[in-house]
Amino acid sequence: MTNNNALLNIAIFGIFVVATLFVVIRASRNTKTAADYLAAGRAFTGPQNGIAIAGDYLSAASFLGIAGAIAVNGYDGFLYSIGFLVAWLVALLLVAELLRNTGKYTMGDVLSFRMRQRPVRAAAATSTMAVSFFYLLAQMAGAGGLVALLLGITGKGGQAVVIAVVGALMIAYVLIGGMKGTTWVQIIKAVLLIVGAGIMTLWVLGKYGLNLSGLLGAAVENAPKAGEKLLGPGLQYGKTATSQLDFLSLALALVLGTAGLPHILMRFYTVPTAKEARRSVVWAIWLIGLFYLFTLVLGYGAAALVGPDKILGAPGKANSAAPLLAEALGGPLLLGLIAAVAFATILAVVAGLTITASASFAHDIYANIIKKGEAEDKSNEVKVARITAIVIGIVSILGGIAANGQNIAFLVALAFAVAASANLPTILYSLFWKRFNTSGALWSIYGGLSVTIALIVLSPAVSGNANAMFPKADFDVFPLSNPGIVSIPVAFFLGWLGTVLSKEDNKAKYAEMEVRALTGVGAEKAISH
Amino acid sequence: MSTTEDASGGATPAGATHDWVAVQDSADFKELRRRLRTFVFPMAGLFLAWYLLYVLLADYAHGFMSQKVVGNINVGLILGLLQFVSTFAITTLYVRHANKNLDPRAEAIREELEGGQA
Repeated sequence: MTNNNALLNIAIFGIFVVATLFVVIRASRNTKTAADYLAAGRAFTGPQNGIAIAGDYLSAASFLGIAGAIAVNGYDGFLYSIGFLVAWLVALLLVAELLRNTGKYTMGDVLSFRMRQRPVRAAAATSTMAVSFFYLLAQMAGAGGLVALLLGITGKGGQAVVIAVVGALMIAYVLIGGMKGTTWVQIIKAVLLIVGAGIMTLWVLGKYGLNLSGLLGAAVENAPKAGEKLLGPGLQYGKTATSQLDFLSLALALVLGTAGLPHILMRFYTVPTAKEARRSVVWAIWLIGLFYLFTLVLGYGAAALVGPDKILGAPGKANSAAPLLAEALGGPLLLGLIAAVAFATILAVVAGLTITASASFAHDIYANIIKKGEAEDKSNEVKVARITAIVIGIVSILGGIAANGQNIAFLVALAFAVAASANLPTILYSLFWKRFNTSGALWSIYGGLSVTIALIVLSPAVSGNANAMFPKADFDVFPLSNPGIVSIPVAFFLGWLGTVLSKEDNKAKYAEMEVRALTGVGAEKAISH
Repeated sequence: MSTTEDASGGATPAGATHDWVAVQDSADFKELRRRLRTFVFPMAGLFLAWYLLYVLLADYAHGFMSQKVVGNINVGLILGLLQFVSTFAITTLYVRHANKNLDPRAEAIREELEGGQA
């Protein structure tokens, strides 16, 4: 790729940044209270929030990662799409509305409703930050890979500079715009991403006379190593009994992780009612489903028109399948546009994660633990959230530089495993189990979190082979690279065990919570300006 | 304490002093909860089982999934796309159920609790 293309890419990306910053600054003019800053005044409509959820959810892993996984590993990459989509039913049926009715800003709100506030909030904030951190790492690593491809920056130093720029921009969005500005960035980005992917999908299908079978055939022809195997399952995960178990473990983490992702949970608080929360999930499901159908075509399209060997040979490897496909279709201009969309995707998702993690720290730890609830909705809570956003931004820049070069869909899957183990059991127990108590919540959050992280550290993803994070070290005692199949049941079990071992049992509080959750009595209202 | 009336009798903020246990035990609320749970729990079980069946087939029945049906489109691709279809279908069914059977009941209880004291 020539320098001219790099300049073109930077110019297109620059236009996006200027345009979104303008929107963010305009949107932030009415931001005064903590509810404004952390929950956008609860004034977004269901469809707006649904598009923003799609924007938050369709990360670089969804776009670059899945398209690349399908292009290189064929059908096995399709599992990501299906798991990521089906997972939304957990959020729709079991979590979204009840959560909206019982909380204010964070997961800690729901848990602390009928439990001892301080320990439970501390636990919720810890797991929120852990999930956000893993997710941030994935996005930042994606930024590095993308830059390598687009700007021809292959040196680790140059990529580190770009990761730092992405981090700085994200801090700016969050500081200036708060939740409202961040939500608008998500909306703009979701529209660009879905439209961009849609145009490429039609383009690819158009080349094969709108015949999916023809496209698949061309993909097989252009993938001599995999051949027919590209179309069936097993290319990546079918080799050994261990890798088959890994596939199952990944599948579990994907389907149970979504409803425990803190940056998704927090989006339910930006709408005025539970009914709007439901509408937003419905919009999100349709948009996300549509997008994943596109990625199937894009993945096989990249195999057919670019070829797995060329993709794996490019800087950024599998992650570069979608941009390379754009170049093959529409030359440098389409490459520049799609690359800008991919950048926007990363930027928007990291901004969403940052505001979530900083909200959790400001609301759960600062306002409710350190200040014992006295600082509620005062400017201090917002100030602390802003300072935390800067700290998280810096930490994720450093982490992103360290994780640069890792497979992003895989890193995101780890974040899902942590969310499914540390957050989901606690949320479900809290909403549906009368007997659940503080001890159970702590056991399931801390237990789930430590088991998951311990298994990740001991997995082949971290050490023991050439593709690991530390290829030279060797402590991969646990054979699976995704811990979900062990850590999720363990976390559910610990939540139960911790509960029955403690005598605490607050039926009256549960009655209040259940009535509020199901009817919306006394739920936080929208703020009108 | 036998009714859902606000114990203090004043215009306190909604939710401050209701007898929640009594509301929870009321027939209306029990009916709302029953209607919610009898829909979402079986449905959640259903889609999780169907997803797991799909994953297990993709994981262990490579031959079956690779059988071609039309042109290059095989069983695996069709089952995968059916996961999309079932997700969209369950979403639509739930929204219909909630609009028809849950929202009016929730609203009635909410109005009684919040509006009853004005």
